[in-house]
Amino acid sequence: MGLSHTTPTSAMFGAPHQESWVTTKLDFLVNWSRAKSLWPMPFGTACCAIEFMATAATRFDLARFGMERMSFSPRQADVLICAGRVPFKLAPVLRRIWQQMPQPKWAISMGACASSGGMFDNYAVVQGIDTIIPVDVYVPGCPPRPEGLLYGIMMLQEKVMREKMSDNTIRNEMEPDPESGLYIPASRIDELSEPFGNSIQQTRSGL
Amino acid sequence: MLPGSANPGAPAPATPRNLPQRGGEPNPSAAAIAAKFGKSFVRSEVIWGDTNVYIQASAVSEIIRWLHDDATQQYDYLSDVTAVEFRDAEQPLEVVWHLRSLPFRRFLRVKVSLDKRAPLAVDSVWPIYKSANWLERECFDMFGITFTGHPDLRRILMWESYREGYPLRKDFPLRGRFSRAEQLRQALSITTEGRYSMEELSVAQAFEDLPEDMRRRLAGGERTGE
Repeated sequence: MGLSHTTPTSAMFGAPHQESWVTTKLDFLVNWSRAKSLWPMPFGTACCAIEFMATAATRFDLARFGMERMSFSPRQADVLICAGRVPFKLAPVLRRIWQQMPQPKWAISMGACASSGGMFDNYAVVQGIDTIIPVDVYVPGCPPRPEGLLYGIMMLQEKVMREKMSDNTIRNEMEPDPESGLYIPASRIDELSEPFGNSIQQTRSGL
Repeated sequence: MLPGSANPGAPAPATPRNLPQRGGEPNPSAAAIAAKFGKSFVRSEVIWGDTNVYIQASAVSEIIRWLHDDATQQYDYLSDVTAVEFRDAEQPLEVVWHLRSLPFRRFLRVKVSLDKRAPLAVDSVWPIYKSANWLERECFDMFGITFTGHPDLRRILMWESYREGYPLRKDFPLRGRFSRAEQLRQALSITTEGRYSMEELSVAQAFEDLPEDMRRRLAGGERTGE
């Protein structure tokens, strides 16, 4: 039935009042259904969370991208959106939430503080959450406007669309080093969190 | 007339304007402390309309107890306990209590100077004001001042295994003492359930009211933190 049609539109959807069918690649279908229905786990700790709420509200309407259902349980979430600064005291909590999320899962680091520590280059704040969990998309801004977050989400959807089922290594859970609990070597964390042009001994009073 | 006021004839309070930086009308409690506790009273000054009273560290609980209990003072609200460390290393560290008398509409700032060469310790005012509990814990956490007589003096903002020192002291480097990787390693090794378990949340008091299976699991030592 379907093969008898020649135009692409009718081949895709069939004629009216007839049985419809679709041919496509399985990768495309799976990725499309995943990308268009990412359930975000909001991890909002600061002013970025206010922008995140604005993104989810009527004017910017996150539901247009299949995300109207916030998943407040990490066990049902697909994408962790870390909105705001993460103090060291919260680091094990964020790590635990990430480990509770089932595969496939992605992470968005929203704003300057989550991505790099931002202006809080001090004793209490983690210098980038990519030292705790693997991050897929970084959204710059202080805080990012809702359009910025939407653009980050659309970039994540593009990334999801490019995944291949034949390559299942991206589904492997990253195991932290049992000794230190870190994903990346300590020397690289120190290098990443080095301030720009400042020495590590910098203090205001010179003490 | 304002209800609850100790001075019924007083005019309604108004926001003072054009206050001098120094000088002005002192809080009458300062003179009362000087008269009653002459040996423990150091000095008092009026800054931006607020009265600071400096007292000896040994007389803290006695004077604050009197300020709280005496019918002519009635400081019934402790709004803050904090400390000040100055940039000059030789200057003593100051502990500050912010007291407020709601019936008399008075504000008094009580200060004590602590020599940095001696152990930093001062009496807790927790027996007088229960609100001092967390305020003193925060002050201990940030400055390392020991409040003797406090029922549960441990860190409140930083985690309990924090080993880098007291962050608001002037000799504390802004970015902490350890490297970033070491700070992260120590932070990730905190066991959250260890602190926030069901037992910690004083379920023990309601243990008999719990369902039978939960009692069995708790008695077996199982953590139910998640």
